[in-house]
Amino acid sequence: MSERKDWPLWEVFLRSKQGLDHKHCGSLHAPDGQLALQLARDVYTRRQEGVSIWVVRADQIIASDPAEKAAFFDPMQDKIYRHPTFYELPDEVNHL
Amino acid sequence: MYTQSLDIPSPAEGVPDPTALPLDELARSAAFNERAGSGEIVEAKDWMPPAYRKTLIRQISQHAHSEIVGMLPEGNWVTRAPSLKRKTILLAKIQDEGGHGLYLYAAAETLGVSRDELQAALHSGKAKYSSIFNYPTLTWADIGVVGWLVDGAAIINQVPLCRCSYGPYARAMVRICREESFHQRQGFDSLLAMMQGTPAQRAMVQDAVNRWWWPVLMMFGPHDKDSQNSELSTKWGIKRISNDDLRQQFVDAAMAQSEVLGVSFPDPHLQWNAARGHYDFGPIDWAEFWNVVNGHGPCNRERLQARVAAWEEGEWVRAAASAYAAKHPAPARAAA
Amino acid sequence: MSVSDPPPAQASAVCATHVPTLLRYADGSLVLSQRLAACCGHGPALEEDIALANIALDLLGQARLLFAHAGALEDQGRDEDALAFWRVESEFHNPVLCELPNGDFAQTCLRAFFYVAWQAELWAGLTHSVDRTLAAVAQKSAKETRYHCEHLAAWVVRLGDGTPESQRRQQRALDYLYPYANELFCDDDTDRAAAAAQLGPLPSTLEAAWRARIARVIGEATLALPAPVPFYSTGRQGRHSECFSYVLAEMQALARAHPGATW
Repeated sequence: MSERKDWPLWEVFLRSKQGLDHKHCGSLHAPDGQLALQLARDVYTRRQEGVSIWVVRADQIIASDPAEKAAFFDPMQDKIYRHPTFYELPDEVNHL
Repeated sequence: MYTQSLDIPSPAEGVPDPTALPLDELARSAAFNERAGSGEIVEAKDWMPPAYRKTLIRQISQHAHSEIVGMLPEGNWVTRAPSLKRKTILLAKIQDEGGHGLYLYAAAETLGVSRDELQAALHSGKAKYSSIFNYPTLTWADIGVVGWLVDGAAIINQVPLCRCSYGPYARAMVRICREESFHQRQGFDSLLAMMQGTPAQRAMVQDAVNRWWWPVLMMFGPHDKDSQNSELSTKWGIKRISNDDLRQQFVDAAMAQSEVLGVSFPDPHLQWNAARGHYDFGPIDWAEFWNVVNGHGPCNRERLQARVAAWEEGEWVRAAASAYAAKHPAPARAAA
Repeated sequence: MSVSDPPPAQASAVCATHVPTLLRYADGSLVLSQRLAACCGHGPALEEDIALANIALDLLGQARLLFAHAGALEDQGRDEDALAFWRVESEFHNPVLCELPNGDFAQTCLRAFFYVAWQAELWAGLTHSVDRTLAAVAQKSAKETRYHCEHLAAWVVRLGDGTPESQRRQQRALDYLYPYANELFCDDDTDRAAAAAQLGPLPSTLEAAWRARIARVIGEATLALPAPVPFYSTGRQGRHSECFSYVLAEMQALARAHPGATW
């Protein structure tokens, strides 16, 4: 039997309507997955905000380190050839 | 609703001293202050000066406690609402406040403190919450006035917080402000119906306005010159508009609304000042304010008792659910 | 309103059955909602406060739809508030189960579970009602009720199969409440007339499915189902328990202090 009485934290992700991605909308405490899902429904969709819910235990999320932000993300800065605006085409075909 | 710009330090704690740091931290801290002050958003795992973290934990948790304690004076009337429509609206509103408390506790938790710790501080009497909820709801009209004036004051306080420098707090506030937009409107709507009703109903409304007006003005916190946390909070982008400016904004708006409603406020000094372009109003009784903040308001003991009772009576329930989860480590239900 | 137009000769007879039948359903939802609403702000966890308030709001919504329908059908100028606030105890027709005190969280959850599990069977039966408005209310409510059942059953199971303390409390609640369920399945003349007019199902026909569902959940909760007892409460006939007049006194006091006022 568990010693801890405080319920673990869950992160809640909502799909606001069919066709859109799930998006993080908040968190809550719940003792287990089934109740986490039910409570997420009651807490985060009172105004029809969602058509689908994911709940994930917060301690299961692997996150990037803010201190490593520069090493992790800055190298993408100079890859300008990945963007369509890098290529100047004649007007006639510029809709490509 | 309702952070008061009541970021009130407990007497023992005093104002955080940002210079009480090792030297390298001090430089880091100065750079941080500049970024936060210039509108950069700070996220949960980013480095932040201990004093910034501490101030945020205090303010966000006071705000969360206010939402939860704020459920009680309105809950006092939910079983007695005079029509099924009003009962529905009131229950939905109280429920929203529970949600807002929850969002705020979650924002505070990102700063490395658990909800249980925060609630323990509330239950021990150490943590503060908005002074307004230590006033009683004596008649049904109080419910309308709480919506109109208390939520109205709260909205004015809260809208600037949607742009505060701490991301999780700002996002919680965006959600709260969006949901709360109906709270003030329903209060006004309820009072309007009563003012168009019987003489007894109208008298009930005026009586409630008389009792709530001054406590509501106190919700904006001490005058700027007496507000010890304001300067630092402003520098950090936690606070964007001063207590007195917000209070003035509220008084101006409330005056216009009171005319539509046909009620008066209990202040002989209230009058339009053309030179300032604002309403002047009389002196606030700060002795009463501090008295309530320090635990001696009309309902402080009852509010705290109700929260402690809910917590203690819920303990076996929370323990049971944890025990069940430990016995049945269910495979997670597939998402998507 | 869509009482598939009874011939005039039958109209008063139909009304004598029809309105009381609707009020039985509406009163159950209203009174249980009233009880659950009183918990709001005092629950064991913030998340659960919000969840129970959602259930209370759904029940209140059901009551309002049914009152509006009953009032229109009756055509005596009684709206939802006249029906909720200006009837006396003996004119309420909810089963006693709905009015019992909340007790602890185990009792609160189990009582609500008993009733919503009954509603689940009721709504299913009402989808075939000749009263199309009632059938539409049933169809809408069935979705709400399905979730209520799931959530409340989740709690009954967790409390039953949680700690020794929670199991003791959940078993105590079960022993206390179980006899009050008998009333839900007793047919009387009104029920028989309603069934004959194809307005709604005979209560006794809902019993097997209800008992099967309860047995399943109680089993999962590792609790012991009490032996059946010949106890029959009579709230549906307007004879209530001692606590009921307090429930109404609280609910109606303000409205009755201001006759004719609008809010």
